[in-house]
Amino acid sequence: MLLRETRSSKKLTEQAITFGLLLCSSVAILTTIGIVASLVFEAFRFFQQVSITEFLFSPDWSPQTAIRDDQVGASGAFGVLPLLTGTLLISFIAMVIAAPLGLLSAIYLSEYSSARLRNWVKPILELLAGIPTVVYGFFAALVVAPIIRATGSGMGFEISSESALAAGLVMGIMIVPLVSSLSDDVISAVPQSLRDASMGMGATQSETIKRVVLPAALPGIAGSLLLATSRAIGETMIVVMAAGLAAKLTLNPLEAVTTMTVQIVTLLTGDTSFDDAKTLAAFAIALFLFTVTLILNVIALKIVDRFKEAYD
Amino acid sequence: MRKLTGTSMTESSQETERDLIMTARNVDVFYGSKQAIKNVDLDIPKGSITALIGPSGCGKSTFLRCLNRMNDRIDICKVSGDIRYAGQDIYAPKVDPVALRARIGMVFQKPNPFPKSIFDNVAYGPKIHGLSSSKSEMADRVETALKQAGLFDEVSDRLDEPGTSLSGGQQQRLCIARAIAVEPDVILMDEPCSALDPIATAVVEELMESMRDDYTIAIVTHSMQQAARISQKTAFFHLGELIEYGDTGQIFTNPKETRTQSYISGRIG
Amino acid sequence: MTDISTASSSVTPDWTVQTPHRAKRERAEKRFRAYGIVAISIAVAFLASMLLTIFVGGMGAFTSSKIGLDITFNEEVIDPSGARDVSTFRDANYRPLISDALTEIFPEVTGRSEKRDLYKLVSSGAVYQLENMVTENPDLIGTTQRVWLTAGTDANLYLAGKVDQDVDESLRQLSSVQTGRIETLKSGGHIKTALNKSFFTNGDSREPEQAGILGALLGSFFSLLVCFVISFPLGVLTAVYLEEFARKNRLTDFIEVNINNLAAVPSIVFGLLGLAIFLNVFNLPRSTPLVGGMVLALMTLPTIIIASRAALRAVPPSVREAAIGLGASKVQTTFHHTVPLAMPGMLTGTIIGMAQALGETAPLLMIGMVAFIVDVPSSVVDTATSLPVQIFLWADNPEIGFREMTSAAIMVLLVFLVLMNLLAVLLRKKLERRW
Repeated sequence: MLLRETRSSKKLTEQAITFGLLLCSSVAILTTIGIVASLVFEAFRFFQQVSITEFLFSPDWSPQTAIRDDQVGASGAFGVLPLLTGTLLISFIAMVIAAPLGLLSAIYLSEYSSARLRNWVKPILELLAGIPTVVYGFFAALVVAPIIRATGSGMGFEISSESALAAGLVMGIMIVPLVSSLSDDVISAVPQSLRDASMGMGATQSETIKRVVLPAALPGIAGSLLLATSRAIGETMIVVMAAGLAAKLTLNPLEAVTTMTVQIVTLLTGDTSFDDAKTLAAFAIALFLFTVTLILNVIALKIVDRFKEAYD
Repeated sequence: MRKLTGTSMTESSQETERDLIMTARNVDVFYGSKQAIKNVDLDIPKGSITALIGPSGCGKSTFLRCLNRMNDRIDICKVSGDIRYAGQDIYAPKVDPVALRARIGMVFQKPNPFPKSIFDNVAYGPKIHGLSSSKSEMADRVETALKQAGLFDEVSDRLDEPGTSLSGGQQQRLCIARAIAVEPDVILMDEPCSALDPIATAVVEELMESMRDDYTIAIVTHSMQQAARISQKTAFFHLGELIEYGDTGQIFTNPKETRTQSYISGRIG
Repeated sequence: MTDISTASSSVTPDWTVQTPHRAKRERAEKRFRAYGIVAISIAVAFLASMLLTIFVGGMGAFTSSKIGLDITFNEEVIDPSGARDVSTFRDANYRPLISDALTEIFPEVTGRSEKRDLYKLVSSGAVYQLENMVTENPDLIGTTQRVWLTAGTDANLYLAGKVDQDVDESLRQLSSVQTGRIETLKSGGHIKTALNKSFFTNGDSREPEQAGILGALLGSFFSLLVCFVISFPLGVLTAVYLEEFARKNRLTDFIEVNINNLAAVPSIVFGLLGLAIFLNVFNLPRSTPLVGGMVLALMTLPTIIIASRAALRAVPPSVREAAIGLGASKVQTTFHHTVPLAMPGMLTGTIIGMAQALGETAPLLMIGMVAFIVDVPSSVVDTATSLPVQIFLWADNPEIGFREMTSAAIMVLLVFLVLMNLLAVLLRKKLERRW
């Protein structure tokens, strides 16, 4: 009797603790719900004032609030297109830098380098990944942008002091360690036996890598690059400090462009009242940004998982 | 022990010296500080199948991988001694291991087709070595190799399908076809049947038998029956040493060494 | 078939002969290898030049120029009543003391605007220095002391060699007359360079020579404290649940998907969550480390959970079996045996998560930790900025004096990050030694 009683009370405690642990775990779900709810709710209020079609398809973005009522464009223009092109332009430049640099360093480190070199270079790349983005932003604005402008004017180009190129370049370097570590994982997952087979019939190491390892790792590499792109799209500080505010519908990397994240920061810092379209627009942009990055991540993770399963 | 190996060696070298395609003398292999191969002398006669047998961990695979310098790829692995292919020292500084491996091909324990089509698997070697100048020549070469590997009839209608879609035995024959397509002189096989079922094994063994006219084969096997069935020469390795080497018939019926005797009667390993 | 047999019959080893095809392949091999080295070199060179720029640019902020003046602590000015009351010291105007001392050195300066220029050589913050001296030691009143006062913004830049003398005088902050006076002071032994203590002891300021990072540092500290208190237990317990208790079902799958996706949500979105929920729904105080820490905690959670799960998985099953074999319950086994063994790994992950949180800027901008705040925060509900936000604010400041400060603040931030990562590496080493 006594035995059974202690056992059942012990069991009850166990169940209570397990339930408590489950509650802790649900914070992850609550956070997601919180993000979605806050973005959707405020974005909904925004779309009561500005139509979804204008937001998605209008080519103009100028969210300034009118000082006088009769001012032209008093209500502001809320087309997300220029922000989207700006974001994509900078992310594209970043990936043009990060993809080859990251991939080639990963290949060199995993296939060629001596253990000693690897032990030196890997921490350096990790350091590059650990430096806060605000530091990259400072460097982009203070050093890289002026250099680009000087080089441009030396070659007869007119480059604005805040250019997509400067922000994209620095962001590209920032993403190199991410691409490199993700593709390192993927490349290491390609079975050694395939390398042996290729080398065993007289292929050189680079032939083995280019014709066997990389094609085998391609899906995984594609997944890694998608993850890195999603990171570039969501990056904030570098573009806030180096890309500028001009919402121009352009694909010219030498011009100043603005991005979704820059506009969110601009709209929400400083004194803001919480009911005008200007403030709420930030949430609509954020919802858009969240959706885009989420889709990219889900696809990327699926691809990488499937790739890894194929070689397990 | 070393004396004995020596005597069996002189016997064979006297009768077939000019037909020896590979010779190994005083070969030592170290993994870091651990010695994996101790002072091995071995000859591989041309146009024959030489079987390397012994308990697992005896160094037979390590030795096989020295013959086309696959061990170069392992940083801590150091090979010393004299290994010759057609009279040329293959570890001489001028030798390019890449070119060497084109002449001495390799088939591995687990079938490892590339994640490419059947055609591309076989065409891989000729492509990198620049052996075919036109598409039709390449197609001929792939067909010849597949025929030699006895696989052509089974896959002729699906050359575009991935090599990995084949059965295990077919995959291994694809790997053999892939090795043949480069036209090597010697093919090293590292337990090629250990991952296959008995029927697939029989097919591969038959294939090896038919290849003997055109290629010299050195095969590592854990199966004594297989060695007895297919090889002309057998070398018995134990703890990194070559214990006994001779004609297969002699090794299995009348071994000179007690350790060989113990192994083939199932008392070692 | 035929060509193959002829090839194998003619055994002439030809691999030492360089054919054009082989030479081409060898070049391709070398080229490919070089690509890898170039890629790594670019990344390393970028890192080096970035660190070098910051280091060279920021060193200057750790020292500042001091002007030594013979200050007469005039009782008339400080404490005319003679009561020696601390509140009187606080209310007194110390400006005239400095003006008098300067006038003594430059008696020729008479005009009103001339005088105002002269006084600018000394920082406007210097009066607090005098105030503190008197408060600490009232006996100074009535004496004359050589006091080293912080130089004004422009004088400081000039003395640090940061003013381009080729620029036309009208565009310069300091006129030639002023620089002449500085040179006079210098030759009179009135100038020295000393450690810029105020950089470590002050909050933000509009004047670069008075601005410091203490406020931002404490803001970061309080934010991280809140972040740790929330995210460490939550992260560890979630990991324990998922690794040790959860059965594989839809709910746990869903939790896992959520964790993986949260890890990749742009950080600024977490800031919007904080703004919409913590500030607007729960009405928590804006611009405070409390809210900042909460937002950072949600961001850090995935990192801690993932690392903690890996640490739990590394605990050998034999430990659990041994405990269960002795009659311990699941909860006892987990919390008495498994979790303590996994703790170093969990702490490593937490420190790495904290280091990420320390460098995070964007979400804090969203919840208002971006204001100009002079006061040093003393609790989690005081308004504050954080170190990276301070860097952002200073980097945005066009005044040249702040550029140095920005680099210096980055150096401080990097030192903290390096220390935290070193701690994580040490913990990991300790962990490796165990099994």
